[in-house]
Amino acid sequence: MSWIDVLDGGMLTTVQDLGRVGAQKYGVPASGAMDGLALRAANRLVGNADSAACLEMTLSGPELRFGAPVVIALTGADLGALVDGRPTARWQAVSVAAHTVLTCAGVRDGMRAYLAVSGGIDVPPALGSRSTFTRSALGGFEGRALRAGDRIPVGVAAEPPRGPGRRLLRYAVPVYGHAHSLRVVMGPQDDAFTDEGIRTFLAETYTLSTQSDRIGCRFSGPRIAHRTGADIVSDGTTLGSVQVTGDGLPIVLMADRGTTGGYTKIATVTSVDVSRLAQAMPGDRVRFVRIGLDEAHGLLRGAHAWLDAIRQPGTQEEDPAAIYDEDSGAALAAEGYLDLASALGGRLAPSPRPART
Amino acid sequence: MLTPPRVLPAGDRALVVEYGATIDAQVNARVRGLAATLDATAPTGIIETVPTYRSLMVHYDPLRLAVSDLERILLAADAGLADEAVLDRRTVEMPVVYGGEFGPDLAEVAAHHGLSEDDVIAIHAATDYLIFMMGFMPGFPYLGGLSPRIATPRLATPRTVVPAGSVGIAGQQTGIYPTDSPGGWRLIGRTPVQLFDAARTPPVLFEAGDYLRFIPVSARESAEIARRVASGAFAPVIRVESVHPS
Repeated sequence: MSWIDVLDGGMLTTVQDLGRVGAQKYGVPASGAMDGLALRAANRLVGNADSAACLEMTLSGPELRFGAPVVIALTGADLGALVDGRPTARWQAVSVAAHTVLTCAGVRDGMRAYLAVSGGIDVPPALGSRSTFTRSALGGFEGRALRAGDRIPVGVAAEPPRGPGRRLLRYAVPVYGHAHSLRVVMGPQDDAFTDEGIRTFLAETYTLSTQSDRIGCRFSGPRIAHRTGADIVSDGTTLGSVQVTGDGLPIVLMADRGTTGGYTKIATVTSVDVSRLAQAMPGDRVRFVRIGLDEAHGLLRGAHAWLDAIRQPGTQEEDPAAIYDEDSGAALAAEGYLDLASALGGRLAPSPRPART
Repeated sequence: MLTPPRVLPAGDRALVVEYGATIDAQVNARVRGLAATLDATAPTGIIETVPTYRSLMVHYDPLRLAVSDLERILLAADAGLADEAVLDRRTVEMPVVYGGEFGPDLAEVAAHHGLSEDDVIAIHAATDYLIFMMGFMPGFPYLGGLSPRIATPRLATPRTVVPAGSVGIAGQQTGIYPTDSPGGWRLIGRTPVQLFDAARTPPVLFEAGDYLRFIPVSARESAEIARRVASGAFAPVIRVESVHPS
C-alpha cells in the first residue's frame, strides 16, 4: 500500500482517468482528463494501463509528498515541477524515493499537467470511473479537488515497477504556445448558420475567455450569424462540440459538459485538438480549421501510433534516423510522432495514414 | 411509411442519428427503439448511446469500428424497428408532499391560474408523464405532458439552492431536481425518494421512455418513506403494462 500526501492542493488538482462511460444516458457527464493524450502518455511511461487514474494539475500545481518509492511521469503542461527542489524531466519515467516532495515553481507552457504514478491513483471507482466530477461530488477523492491534509491512495504496481528511464523523444514532446489551430469536423447543426456565419467561424481569430473551465472553453471574437436562431430541441453533446449560443460566440464543450444541450452546434473539434485546447490559457488566440472526417480519423491514428511508440525500445534512441532503420512498425510509429508533433504544433498534418496492422 | 433518420457527424468519435427537430412522442419512441436495439446487440466499437428528445447520440471508437460500417449498422438497426411487436410501458410512482414548506410556490401557481391549491395538485397528479430524456444534471428527467392549465413561468430571480427532490414547474415543463442545485423553477412539492445514487446499479430509478406518476402523500407518510430510503429499504412502485402497437 502506497500513498501521496497533499501538502498544498494548488489551484485545481483532481483525480482523472479516461472518463465515465455508460452513464451519459442517465445525465451523468463523462468527465475524465481534459488532455486525454497527455494522460495516456503519462500512464504508458510508468507502465500503467491507459485507463489508470492520474492527477490533473491546473496552472499553479500542488505540493505533494510520496509515501513510498514509486515511478512517476509528468506530461502535459510544464508547471516548472521540482522534485526535492531540483528540476525534473517531463515526459519521462522517473523513480522517486519515499518522502520525496514534488513542488511546482510556476507555469511555463500549457495549462494542465498530468502526474502518473506506477500502480495508478487508487480511489474507489464510481459508476466505473475514478474521474472527479466536482459539481455532483462524484468519483475522485471524496468527489472534490485535492487540498492540504488529503492522503491519496496509490495502487500496487507491476513488480518491479516498469518504466524508469522510458521517455519520449525530445522532438516528439509537444510545445503548446499561445496560438492554436483547432481542426474541426463541421456539424451536426452547421445548416443552422448562414454562409457568412460559417465564413466568420472559419476565417476569424477567437480569444479564449477567462470564463473557461472543465465544462467548456468560451471565446470572445466576431459574432457567428445563425439563419433563424440559436435554440434547438435539446440533443446530445460530445467532447469538443462547438456550441454557438444566442450571442453568436462559440463555446467548446469539454470533459465535464452536460450530456445534452439546447444550442446549435456548428462543428466538433477533433479529438487530437481537444487535447491541444485543454492546454490553452485564457487570452490565447485560436483559429478553427475545417477538415474532413477521414482526415480527423487519420490524425487520431497518428496520435495513437505516437502513444504506441512509448512502449517500444526504439524510443530510447535520440537519433530519428535510428528509428527509421528499425522495422516497419517502428518507422510507422516515428511517422506518428511527426503527425502528432505537427498536430500539437497547430499546423495541418499530412494526409491520413493507414491504420497500423 | 417512416422516413429514414439523418446520420450526422459529431466529430471523429460520435454520430448523431436524427429522427426529427421537434418534441414528439413518436419521434422519441424511434430514438429509444434504436437505443434498445443497439443495447441488445452491442456491436463492437460502439462505446455508449445517449437518447434525447429527437436523436440518438452514438459514441464510438473509430480505431475499432470504421464510420462507414457504423453507419450501415445504424441504418440496418433502424430498418428493423418496425418489427417491434410489443413494448413494455413502465410507470414509476413518485410520492410527493405538495405545498407548505415542501412546495413554497404552490399558492402562487394556484393564484396565477385562479385555481385552488387542491386543484393544482389534482391536475399535476392526474397524468402519466413521459420521460423524453435524461440530462442537465445526473438523474434529471425531461418530462412531457404537463397540463397547460398549470403551466407557469419561471421565477424572475432563481433560488440559489433548491433542495434535492423538489418538484417544480417551468413554463410547459415539470420536473424533479435530483440533487441540491440553484434553480428558477416554481416549486410545488418535494419527493423523499433519492433519484440519483452513484452507489446504486443503475444509479437512477427510471430512464428515458419510462413514465412518471406523482402520488400525493402527507408529510407524515413522506417522513416514513424518507426513513426507508435512508435504510435502503425503499423501492418505488413500478407499474408495467404491455402495449401492442396498432
